[in-house]
Amino acid sequence: MQSAINIKNLSVILGKGFTALKNVSVELPQGQVIGFIGPSGAGKTTLIRSIVGRQSISQGSIEVLGMPAGATKLRSKIGYMPQSPAAYLDLTIRQNLHYFAKMRGLDKTDVETVIKETHLSKQAGQLVSSLSGGQKSRVSLAIALLGRPELLVLDEPTVGVDPVLRRQLWQLFRELADKGSTLIVSSHVMDEAGRCDSLLLIRDGELIAHGTPAELKQQTDTKSVEDSFLVLVEKSK
Amino acid sequence: MSPVKTISTAARVIRQLTHDPRSLALLFIVPPTLITILKYVFQDATMTFDHIAPMLLGIFPLVMMFLITSIATLRERTSGTLDRLMVSPMSKIDFIFGYAIAFLLVALIQASITSFVMLGLLQVTVLGGTLPALVSAVLAAFLGTAIGLFMSAFANSEFQAIQFMPAFIFPQLLVCGLFVAREQMAKPLQWFSDVMPLTYSVDAMKQVTFHSTWSGTLTRDLAVVLSFAIAALVLGALTIRRQE
Repeated sequence: MQSAINIKNLSVILGKGFTALKNVSVELPQGQVIGFIGPSGAGKTTLIRSIVGRQSISQGSIEVLGMPAGATKLRSKIGYMPQSPAAYLDLTIRQNLHYFAKMRGLDKTDVETVIKETHLSKQAGQLVSSLSGGQKSRVSLAIALLGRPELLVLDEPTVGVDPVLRRQLWQLFRELADKGSTLIVSSHVMDEAGRCDSLLLIRDGELIAHGTPAELKQQTDTKSVEDSFLVLVEKSK
Repeated sequence: MSPVKTISTAARVIRQLTHDPRSLALLFIVPPTLITILKYVFQDATMTFDHIAPMLLGIFPLVMMFLITSIATLRERTSGTLDRLMVSPMSKIDFIFGYAIAFLLVALIQASITSFVMLGLLQVTVLGGTLPALVSAVLAAFLGTAIGLFMSAFANSEFQAIQFMPAFIFPQLLVCGLFVAREQMAKPLQWFSDVMPLTYSVDAMKQVTFHSTWSGTLTRDLAVVLSFAIAALVLGALTIRRQE
């Protein structure tokens, strides 16, 4: 299988000498749902920003879909959902989507597709500022989904989303991966980790484990991903 | 760069404003109201008012556009929408020009209303006529927009952005020739005012007030204002980086 992302010896030092990522190397295949798991402040967001080309890296290299991260040609292939809602609060859902669709050279049908996929049809004419936290993050997800990008990079997409809808969104992620998209999903909710094809456990800027949920459980002789994470953290100390 | 993306961005910025009627009302009502108040402050000194009011037409739009542009672009930087746009296939020029066009339009409406109130209702006479006054006011407002776009890069919060106004606009206001003729100020302040854009915006208004024909100085003043605005836009574009 061709790799979607190939990271070699990546280090990122943020302002004031804080090392956000230390020597991370990993190869991620296409067409999978890949979970970035770890406590907040572990470096998940920095890794995500580095992959989408928004973060300048201090050392190492990142290749995304065969090109260096941040390459111009990648911009139309990546759908990125940052952690903050990242939508215009003083526009309606549909106006937000139309604008971001225009920036990607897409049209109205693409907008209606993602509105349905994220179950926002009823609220589509409402101002984003009037929505609940969970609805706002669905708007943000909808923007990232525009145009069926080859690579979807979603930073905590299910925060504030109720359990029923969360399950539906994970089904959607699965369908997208089955159709060939690669999804990177960060989360600190451990029950979501079990739904991923492979997991990267990140802690204090280091990649402490990488494998399928089953492999990680087997390796640590535990019954849940959460327990295996705890064991791995203990070991890495 | 793509015209469709530039225009869509301008349309989006304007649409955001139309969903905020209170801000729009403040933008369009505050400058003419202030000038009206001033008329009655100077009720026994009509001549003084007639000389000051046009200068204010070069100042109020600049100050207000500076404020709203710096806040609007700061929001874009801090809310994650800029992150999103910089990862998408959109050029920085589309972004900057989109904002410039949208706010130029707002500036045009604002300057028209203010000029109408000042020249029509309050009957201030400017020898140069309405059109040069309007052109000068719009260019001043555009300068405010450009500086606001640039300065927003140096603010981490809206709290800081607002304080850039007293820090960067007020000093220019003190030395621009509104309070005393520039020749009467201490030499170092004259030099300072020589290199500040607001001086030229105010001087343009003086030219319009006292000269019945379009003077060479007016052309120079407006050229300086426009150059400052373009320079600020270019610098503003440089402060927006794809990779941080």
